[in-house]
Amino acid sequence: MSAIIELRGLTKQYDTVRAVDNLTLTVYEGEVFGLLGPNGAGKTTTILMMLGLVEPTDGTARILGIDATREPLKVKQVVGYLPDDVGFYDDLTGLENLVLTARLNGQNDRDAEAAARALLRRVGLEAAADKKVGAYSRGMRQRLGLADTLIKKPKVIILDEPTLGIDPEGVREFLQLIRTLSKEEGLTVLLSSHHLHQVQAICDRVGIFVDGRLIAVGTVEELSAQIFADDRFSVEVAARPLDDRLVEALQRLPGVTRVDVRRETDGGGEAVVRATRDVAADAARAVVAAGAELRKLTRRAYGLDDIYHRYFEGRA
Amino acid sequence: MRRSLSVLFRKEVADHLHSWRFNILIALIALTTLASLYTAAQTIRSVVPQADQPLGDIGLFLKLFTTTDGKLPSFVAFVGFLAPLLGLGMAFDAISSERNKGTLVRLLSQPIYRDDVILAKWFAALAVVGVFFLALGFIVMGLGLFVFGIPPTAEEVLRIVFFLLVTAVYVAVWQSLAILFSIRFRQAATSVLAGLSVWLFFSLFYPMIVNLIAPITGRGTVDDVLREIGRHQFLSRLSPVTLYEEATTILLSPDVRALGPFTLEQAIGAIPTPLPFDQSLLLIWPQIAGLVAMSVVLFGLSFVLFMRQDIRGR
Ligand SMILES: Nc1ncnc2c1ncn2[C@@H]1O[C@H](COP(=O)(O)OP(=O)(O)O)[C@@H](O)[C@H]1O
Ligand SMILES: [Mg+2]
Repeated sequence: MSAIIELRGLTKQYDTVRAVDNLTLTVYEGEVFGLLGPNGAGKTTTILMMLGLVEPTDGTARILGIDATREPLKVKQVVGYLPDDVGFYDDLTGLENLVLTARLNGQNDRDAEAAARALLRRVGLEAAADKKVGAYSRGMRQRLGLADTLIKKPKVIILDEPTLGIDPEGVREFLQLIRTLSKEEGLTVLLSSHHLHQVQAICDRVGIFVDGRLIAVGTVEELSAQIFADDRFSVEVAARPLDDRLVEALQRLPGVTRVDVRRETDGGGEAVVRATRDVAADAARAVVAAGAELRKLTRRAYGLDDIYHRYFEGRA
Repeated sequence: MRRSLSVLFRKEVADHLHSWRFNILIALIALTTLASLYTAAQTIRSVVPQADQPLGDIGLFLKLFTTTDGKLPSFVAFVGFLAPLLGLGMAFDAISSERNKGTLVRLLSQPIYRDDVILAKWFAALAVVGVFFLALGFIVMGLGLFVFGIPPTAEEVLRIVFFLLVTAVYVAVWQSLAILFSIRFRQAATSVLAGLSVWLFFSLFYPMIVNLIAPITGRGTVDDVLREIGRHQFLSRLSPVTLYEEATTILLSPDVRALGPFTLEQAIGAIPTPLPFDQSLLLIWPQIAGLVAMSVVLFGLSFVLFMRQDIRGR
């Protein structure tokens, strides 16, 4: 696997804000990489530096080996970029907007129109091709935006918050479309988002980006192993009665690091048991041994959301 | 011309031609100027038969542009007044509208030079305005032909074409200023107000200020007066309005032989005949150069500002 995007010590200092702080990151060929972080984390700034649209204070951004600061035009020839809150010429049709982009990328009129029609079909806008973009819905605009990034036949596409403002159903479809296109065309994709669970499903790897710093990179499984080294496993136990004796017994189980309890009025309750190993069977035995009624037992795997929240807990 | 520049140029020209704003501005100018032409033609027709000079000798066609019936301003006066508005009106939101629509980032993420974006806007507006004024000029000449029944002389045609070109350059100055403001101000309304302020300043207040700081008292020796006039003229000529007025006066009134004071030496040798075209052109060359320079400087400023600007978001 060869490196397609290489960021080395990338830094951007605005007057008082360090928007991006010494970012080093490699994205490999054919990958779908998710850059995750809350608003103001520096995602957009990073992306703009990768396109040579913002000059880094320090460090380099290379795409396909081309330095984005020194040769922005060459980078823009091979990178399709979907800005957050993308804008189109509302008084032109979807097709005309795409053709304009194609022509700015050096395609002649006939090829441009053929390519634009083909792409509109791919993103499901065939019927709206000759409608003015002013009449497009938000979801349609995003689809058109995706087609717009693809029309230059890029090697890499960079999507900034592509799911912003689309309804949940639309998000799933849209992300699936990105995934399909990237696998079919062998595209490398970098997308940014602050909605973790949305992009979790389609990213091969993710990077967690907070306050300009990349604090973790890897697959979702790797990240959860990294962050939850102490308590990778968790079991939710609902029992009645859930008294102090039972809670103590749960805490004494080997490998348990923490037990959080939520009691109910009928004497029962729910305990979240965190541990370094799978303690589901032991917990069940403890409940039975205490003479209580076991109402529910669920193993929980950590998702990106939990990972993400962990980071904010840690920061707070 | 770079390919991307020509692609953008075509888009901009199409934008102008389809925009309500441009068509309204054009209609406004066409209507007012044609009205003034009509009255000018009427006035000239009622005067000429009494003159003992044969038709054609007195720059009849040029008079079409400068004559007024005393009620409606002349064609030149109208154009001089409306040209800045046309320049400002066409370009005050050139960049800010792209920015606010979110299309600027998308444009700049294509493999094109950043300056192509403003160059295309500048050339497109100028081309559209230039073609419009040339068309207007030929309509006027056609009208003259119809009214007077004789064709314009070659020299008249040349003078009129140059007058129209100078007008296009004058529009370009205001347009460059408007582009600069459209880069500097994100709100179109701020940009319009800034543009109108500059226009009001130069057309109303600047002449007063010049009179105040460099009054022509006419007292003292000839040298003193000449120096006074020189200073007054120099200051006035820092205004594009003055430069345009001087240039059009010389172009359309061949009997005006000089700008500013006539010294005795100059007057003695002078024969009271109209100035030939090449002499007129020579006389106003500095004015034309000045207008072009203003445009270039303003454009340069826009360029520098735009290159350094953060293009992010809306
Ligand atoms: N032009 C600018 N001048 C000063 N600060 C800026 C500028 N642009 C962005 N910032 C700051 O940089 C930080 C990162 O912003 P951004 O990259 O837009 O974050 P994200 O895209 O992750 O929401 C924010 O704190 C923002 O206020
Ligand atoms: Mg952002």
